[in-house]
Amino acid sequence: MTNPDAPSEKQYLFDNPKNVRRVILGLYIACAIAFAADFFIDRHVEHPWESLFGFYGVYGFITFTILVLGAKEMRKIVMRKEDYYDK
Amino acid sequence: MTSSLAPFVIFYLGAMLVAVSRGRVRQVLMLMTPLVGAWNLYILPGDTVITYHMFNYTLTLFQTDRLSLLFGYLFHLAAFLGAIYAIHVKTTSETTSGMLYAGSALGAVFAGDLLTLFIFWELLAITSIFLIVARRTERANQAAMRYIIVQVLSGVILLAGVLMRLHDTGSLAFTHIGLDGSLASLLIFLAFGIKCAFPLLHNWLTDAYPEATPSGTVFLSAFTTKVAVYALARGYAGTEILVYIGAAMAMFPIFYATIENDLRRVLSYSMINQIGFMVVGIGLGTELAINGAISHAFNDVIFKALLLMSMGAVLHRTGKINGSELGGLYKSMPWTTVFCIIGAASISAVPLFSGFVSKSMVMAAALEEGHGWVWLLLLFASAGVMEHAGIKIPFFAFFAHDSGIRCKEAPTNMLIAMGLAAAICIFNGAYPWLLYSMLPFPVDYSPFTAPHVVTQMQLLLFSALAFTILKLTHVYPPELPGINIDAEWSYRMGLPRAIRGIKAVFGPIDRGLRTAGMNLIHSTIGTVVRHHGPGGTMARTTLVGSMVQWVIILLGVYLVLYLIGPA
Repeated sequence: MTNPDAPSEKQYLFDNPKNVRRVILGLYIACAIAFAADFFIDRHVEHPWESLFGFYGVYGFITFTILVLGAKEMRKIVMRKEDYYDK
Repeated sequence: MTSSLAPFVIFYLGAMLVAVSRGRVRQVLMLMTPLVGAWNLYILPGDTVITYHMFNYTLTLFQTDRLSLLFGYLFHLAAFLGAIYAIHVKTTSETTSGMLYAGSALGAVFAGDLLTLFIFWELLAITSIFLIVARRTERANQAAMRYIIVQVLSGVILLAGVLMRLHDTGSLAFTHIGLDGSLASLLIFLAFGIKCAFPLLHNWLTDAYPEATPSGTVFLSAFTTKVAVYALARGYAGTEILVYIGAAMAMFPIFYATIENDLRRVLSYSMINQIGFMVVGIGLGTELAINGAISHAFNDVIFKALLLMSMGAVLHRTGKINGSELGGLYKSMPWTTVFCIIGAASISAVPLFSGFVSKSMVMAAALEEGHGWVWLLLLFASAGVMEHAGIKIPFFAFFAHDSGIRCKEAPTNMLIAMGLAAAICIFNGAYPWLLYSMLPFPVDYSPFTAPHVVTQMQLLLFSALAFTILKLTHVYPPELPGINIDAEWSYRMGLPRAIRGIKAVFGPIDRGLRTAGMNLIHSTIGTVVRHHGPGGTMARTTLVGSMVQWVIILLGVYLVLYLIGPA
């Protein structure tokens, strides 16, 4: 059923790089709006870090990056070939 | 009209009928059983208690309160969705065991005493193993063996704890137990912990679930761990150590999920992460926290089933499930893609999707109870959920680079099951009050405040931003074929190695001792043979004449001695 790069195949949504760029641009705009919203909402602060401006965005960005970089390093220790246990 | 039939009976009867029927009749039976079961539960009066006698004890087969009732309806719903998803399955052992398994889960949540709980606890293990074996691969068979060993072990520990508790307190009632320092309470806690996939006891889940059949994994994800969550909520609410165990469960799987290649194994790690949130809630033990834990269990069953259904559909159609081999499937499976994204949004707790209205209760309770660090960890874990379940699952299966795979859209029955699950995710997310009204405690919590919605969107959008930047700069780790060693290494590799090591050290000693022993036996036999064997001194046969001759010689010697001796 595989039919890679058949010349007659129809063009799908993300085959056009322009559409991918549009999605990424949309994300940037959404981030900017969400960050700016911190000016307007009156957050009820329970944890001291919450009072930092844009805390949730910054924390999300940083922890996500720590997670990905940490997991990447973890691969060096825990990753084995697929048949590791079968030997 | 009322009923007095315990809910599990309907599933066991349904399973028997499914086992002996074929074709359309079987399909109707598979769908009708959960519906009849739910109706039966609905007309069962709330104060019904069904007892039976075993040995000298009166045991309670069925007893209900708000907590068990919610799990009861949830399990009927999950069994119904699973039945639709599995309606095309023709393997009798798989369809039958799915229903027996759902029935066992219902038996466990309505069990009024610990001995009845133990019986269904073991039945959960035994009935579910066929869902894994039905995959019919060597890997699945081996994973199923490891699965059953761990599950039965959990049951044996539970039984030991229950009997000790009976001895200590004289009661089998399944009420609050708590860690009171007794060995009994610790053993029961450990048994619950194994089924709940506590850290280091968790690998049976990530080992076996991804090896089951597409619909088998959907069934498996709904019952065993949620029965354990229910049991913890009933027996150990407010046990503080659960807060830390839960935080660890929410945290460590996100790292494994990030680098795991098998997308159903990613979701298995994700299950542990979500159960972590529930365990934190149970550990906190306040009304808000318990409500959060239980409502999250409800939502998790549905959105995790949805995600596993979408991945099962991919496996069913393409025969592949590794992220490194998939990609671009939105072209072939657009509906599955949409349903998967709804599941991903629900688990990531996007506002208006189900995870948002339940997980936040646990987090709010953590802050209220002064667990600031735990709250920060849970927030970290929330970004982690966005990473592995919100982005990685849909992205690497349906988008990313085009794998060139062109297949058919998922079968209609799978699409219907996914569509229903997606609808429930959106309904609970947009209108949580029906779910809230079924929770154990009255709900005084509003999820849709402006700060809550905005801060959650900030967290999720900036997580997505981080993903985009890491991906565009090629820092994000690619999907690679391979496996990642985890705590299971200890018994899949460490233990066999240790046994080989012991053999290497003690083997020669043992061999030497045995050789020496054999030599001793051989030399003994040799000596005996030499003296008593054919031709041996002691076995020599002599003639009567020679004996007479010897007698005469002896008498002669005697005579001589007599004559020369002193008179």
